[in-house]
Amino acid sequence: MKKIIATLTAILAMGFSSSFAGTLVINTDLTDSAPKAAFEWAFNKFQEENPDVTIEVNNFDHEGYKQAIRNFLTTSPPDVFNWYAGNRMLPFVRAGLVEDVSDIWSDTGWVDGNLTEGMSHAKKPMTIGGKQWGIPYTYYQWGVYYRKDIFEANGISVPTTWDEFVAACATLKAAGVTPITIGSKYLWTTAGVFDYLNLRTNGYEFHMALTKGEIPYTDPRVHAVFDKWDELVKPGYFLENHASLAWQEAIPPMINGEAAMYVMGNFSVALFKEGGLTNDNLGFFQFPEITPGIPMAEEAPTDTMHIASGAKNKTDAKRFLIFLSRADVQEEMNKTLGQLPVNSGSKVDPDPFLEAGLNMLNNAYAMAQFYDRDAPAEMASEGMKGFQEYMVNPDRRDKILERLEKVRQRVYK
Amino acid sequence: MGWFSTTPFLNVPDSTQITYRKSSWWKLNQQRLTPWIFLFPGLLLFLVYVIWPIFNSLYISLLQWDGLSPAIYVGLSNYIELLDDEYFYISLMNNLKWLILFMLAVPIGLGLAIFLNQTIFGIRLIKSLFFFPFVISQVVIGIIFSWFYNPRGVIGPFLDKLGLSNYAILADENFATYGIIFAGIYPQIAYCMILYLTGLNNLNTDQIEAGRMDGAKGFSLFKNIILPQLKPATFLAIVVTVIGSLRSFDMVAIMTQGGPYGSTNVLAYYMFETALSEYGYRMGYGSAIAAVLFTIMMFYILFFIYRMYQSEKKGL
Repeated sequence: MKKIIATLTAILAMGFSSSFAGTLVINTDLTDSAPKAAFEWAFNKFQEENPDVTIEVNNFDHEGYKQAIRNFLTTSPPDVFNWYAGNRMLPFVRAGLVEDVSDIWSDTGWVDGNLTEGMSHAKKPMTIGGKQWGIPYTYYQWGVYYRKDIFEANGISVPTTWDEFVAACATLKAAGVTPITIGSKYLWTTAGVFDYLNLRTNGYEFHMALTKGEIPYTDPRVHAVFDKWDELVKPGYFLENHASLAWQEAIPPMINGEAAMYVMGNFSVALFKEGGLTNDNLGFFQFPEITPGIPMAEEAPTDTMHIASGAKNKTDAKRFLIFLSRADVQEEMNKTLGQLPVNSGSKVDPDPFLEAGLNMLNNAYAMAQFYDRDAPAEMASEGMKGFQEYMVNPDRRDKILERLEKVRQRVYK
Repeated sequence: MGWFSTTPFLNVPDSTQITYRKSSWWKLNQQRLTPWIFLFPGLLLFLVYVIWPIFNSLYISLLQWDGLSPAIYVGLSNYIELLDDEYFYISLMNNLKWLILFMLAVPIGLGLAIFLNQTIFGIRLIKSLFFFPFVISQVVIGIIFSWFYNPRGVIGPFLDKLGLSNYAILADENFATYGIIFAGIYPQIAYCMILYLTGLNNLNTDQIEAGRMDGAKGFSLFKNIILPQLKPATFLAIVVTVIGSLRSFDMVAIMTQGGPYGSTNVLAYYMFETALSEYGYRMGYGSAIAAVLFTIMMFYILFFIYRMYQSEKKGL
């Protein structure tokens, strides 16, 4: 009965949508089961707390969403939509399609908003031009996933410095194990390696300046990053033929014991475990220090919620964003998502990977979003192509960096 | 009642009046107008969905536009940038490789068609098996071939014997394109084969008989009697193959996405990548690539239309 009434209200709401203030239209791309379940819970909870609001969800296919968002934001904007932090939202913010939500971040006029307390560390990636354009609700850590048993068998302990890391690779290689697996067919995996090498060699500020286009790719400091990369690529520490493999296709070698490490995001844990690895033989460690003394920044891509500037129901949209930023809501959602809540007041499930990630990110000096979210799309695409080419042909480094520099000068005009 | 009584008068043949009525504007031009009226719906669609987009995309190629922000007119600078774009030349070269190698589908298709043009038991089944690659989707073929090329897949043990263990052709910048073309040719051969099979069905047996009587056999019979009769099929096969090679997109998108590092890009895919992919949205630049592709196709199509027109004039 309740359902019928809800449907009827929804139908009525559609009929009077122009005048009916209590309808909240949300566009999302929740095709995977975990995000879908997490959001279904959140929608129901929000509706429970706000019985006057009817939520209307338009669900898109994950890949199709990236195209669709450009259309729906310009032609029929929803009230709320999900997207990503950093430079990924810049084109939409610049085109005036995203609503400024600085007021909920500074709590002005929003008694139930309390964002400054739990989420201040995540404010930076949401800020463009001194204003905030959305709220983050989940993120996950990047780092090195490794086979504990293979490390043990070869007498390797978890490396914390670059020298230890390279030595570990050499030991593994000598033992006939591919030290690092990677599948670079879709390019982005190479950016994870580059980001960490750059964050550790030159630090967070330099990395951000580079992705903002303020530093030439031919700069000696960029070359220094590739010098470090050379130490891994030239002796052949990465998986062979990685250019023909998708990131998932690079996982079997590690499950079979042919490879020992993977520089990856936490979403890979599910696949590792599906392949038969357990907490006993799969481990995680922070990407080791390269330049001593540089504060450790981490890679933590953040998923975000935004209000469209053309939204009809901005009041309820803001209420929804505040709801989504609450510690208890993020805690519950991220339990389902298997990721980390952004609100520092939330707890995580007792999972060694989540705990390690939370611990690492809470102590992180700063958080990068990932090369393809920090750098503009065009630069990211050329950059990642260049990284892949470099990893196959390390001798072409100069040529590649010159090409990237040419692209940089064009993109950031 | 008055005018009823006058009607019989009108039925009286009055030559001047009748001719006058018949020569209304419509009646005069009916013959010339009717075809246009029938053509109108088709022409309208053609204008809206083909002609207008061509000119519109030529116009967009003069803009700098991400599809969201206001477009900026930049003149020819997109084209100037193309001239200095490494990936553009790689794509152009790859298109050339596609064009040349794709042509192999025509003779191979012809060979298969002749081979299958027999009347023995079960030939229909065999024919349909050969036709199969053309029926399944290009996407499926692309996926199957990339599994096939995977060094851990079917091909692995053979490569090991050749001393090429762990060789992944799709990861090799020098040969990846050939790997894709090979996969692309596979359905194209089936297509050409079908065209030739229908052609072979319509052969004039009298001519063949006459040729035999005059002592032609084997290759000379084939070359002088059969091949000329297959000319329409050959024409169609070549046209379809050339166009197929120029718009090769699906295979590249499925098998390598233009990679490794852009080395298997073709113009059609590069255009998509710059204008519409996740990292693209350079509508102007993409349109400029499209314009180049359009020009190449246009030259080719015009040449063929001219040839066709010439041969039709000769009554062939």
